[in-house]
Amino acid sequence: MRASAHPHTRGGDLRVRFMSVVLGYGALALAACTLAPLAGSTHISLARVFDRSIPFADNVDAQIFFVARMPRVLTGAIVGATLASAGVVMQALLGNPLATPFTLGVSTGSALGAVLVITFGSSAAAGALASVPLASLAGAVVASAIVYVLATRPGRPISTMVLLLAGVTLNAFFSALILFVQYAADFTQAYRTIRWLMGDLDVGSFTPILAALPMVLAALAIFAFLTRSLNLLSVGADTAATRGVDIGWTQRLAFFSASLATAAAVSLAGPIGFVGIVVPHLVRLMVGVDHRIVLPASALFGAAFLVACDLIARTVLAPIEVPVGVVTAMVGGPFFLWLLVRRS
Amino acid sequence: MLRAESVSFGYSGGFTLTDATVTIAAGAVTGLLGPNGCGKTTLLKLLCGVLHPRSGRVMIGERTLASMTRRELARHVAVVPQETHPAFEYTVLEMVLMGRHPHLSAFQLEGPADFEIARQALDATGTGHLSTRSYMTLSGGEKQRVVIASALAQATDILLLDEPTASLDLGYQLEIASLLARLNVERRVTMVLATHDLNLAASLCKCVIVMRDGRILAAGATDEVLTDQTVRRLYDVEADVQFHSRAGHLTVVPIRRTL
Repeated sequence: MRASAHPHTRGGDLRVRFMSVVLGYGALALAACTLAPLAGSTHISLARVFDRSIPFADNVDAQIFFVARMPRVLTGAIVGATLASAGVVMQALLGNPLATPFTLGVSTGSALGAVLVITFGSSAAAGALASVPLASLAGAVVASAIVYVLATRPGRPISTMVLLLAGVTLNAFFSALILFVQYAADFTQAYRTIRWLMGDLDVGSFTPILAALPMVLAALAIFAFLTRSLNLLSVGADTAATRGVDIGWTQRLAFFSASLATAAAVSLAGPIGFVGIVVPHLVRLMVGVDHRIVLPASALFGAAFLVACDLIARTVLAPIEVPVGVVTAMVGGPFFLWLLVRRS
Repeated sequence: MLRAESVSFGYSGGFTLTDATVTIAAGAVTGLLGPNGCGKTTLLKLLCGVLHPRSGRVMIGERTLASMTRRELARHVAVVPQETHPAFEYTVLEMVLMGRHPHLSAFQLEGPADFEIARQALDATGTGHLSTRSYMTLSGGEKQRVVIASALAQATDILLLDEPTASLDLGYQLEIASLLARLNVERRVTMVLATHDLNLAASLCKCVIVMRDGRILAAGATDEVLTDQTVRRLYDVEADVQFHSRAGHLTVVPIRRTL
């Protein structure tokens, strides 16, 4: 795929390119999701998992595959797809290839929510918010709302410069608050916080996945609707406006859908870094930069990427488990540096 | 045609455009002249609907811009900015096809007709051989021709250009000038050209509008409006404005600052 789809020689029918990307990257994501549950402390065989002659109640391999391991793998796929595609949208919205889904405050907002509940949740009568996922979701929503209010004026396009500064400033401020809460916490709470910040795809069952799925799917549908406008937006806001893009509406839709999708992903698995920047850039190297291709490719490749990273996290030091956020950062950090060096 | 009626606009920073009334002649190239900060770009942004007037209105034919959606407007008016810096490495063909945006619905892909229009736009601007190149790797003159091709692919009858030659060397300036003259004749595109280059305006524009301090000072046929007196009023510069027989149009030679 790489050779025939090089950025400067590609061309041809967009429909064909779209289909080949969906099939190619879709197969990759499917393979990752099917093979990843096979690895683990107990060896299971794929043939036995799908052996219909054994009833499910007696098929230990199938039980391990579907009940014990599949929720974690599916979480990886959904979170990876969400963070990668939200990264694509944020990069187009900000006109900046180095933006991530966490640039505009979502991750530190949700981290603050999570940290508050981990530290004070048991003592205070926090009600429904005393669950870490809900608190992190609420924190992300609050952070996005603050950034939005700071960066927008009624009836005007959003200034991406102000948006970026508001996000960076809020990230710094919330990080300070997180450190302060950490300082007030005891060792167990502090450890739980750090563990949460490293990201964890082990959600235990299908229930949290089903809870996050509607928000993620709605956001992905909005992303799909926006793709051609995102092309124009990344060329320049004024140019996009004169080509017929309703800038104010497009920017707001992109900001809120990307922020909420990211919030849902983070509430599910913690702030797993680098997926939202590594995947879009790798995908652009392979399929070019048209968002109608980049977006579906990033979603599918992001799913495969995070499932693969989690597989490494689970197996590389088995029986000890490495936090998946550490793996993505170890893959992503050097990649990011390479990207910077290459650009300059 | 395109008309601004008593249009006023103010930025929060303090600059205001006051009571501007201009009529853009259909089929002609109109120059928009004036010193830095006189309101040329503001007026262009009002004419293409990127900015909305605080009072007054802008009309295309019998309709006000305020009554049109962005998509409708983009089928009538295209804009070529001074410089275009995409965040990603789009190919030339992709950049040009983006001009088809206002003609496509949300999920619609470009069809054979759109590709044919893009190809014609590439040919008209002499950029067909660049179509698979990355826009970012082109020279300044090539980039500007590609952006003009993208605006042509929008298939509008009005084209607004904001100092399209400002960052180009002399050779590219003349190349863009002759391209615009040819497009005006062959495609009957009405053009408004904001520029600091008085000789470019003299060579291209049938009419000029001159502005200073957010007001329209004069408008009319280039031969009548572009005089040494006008140059002095606009720029506080003493200039020699004469018909140049070899160039075939007025030329402006600045002599000295008169402040």
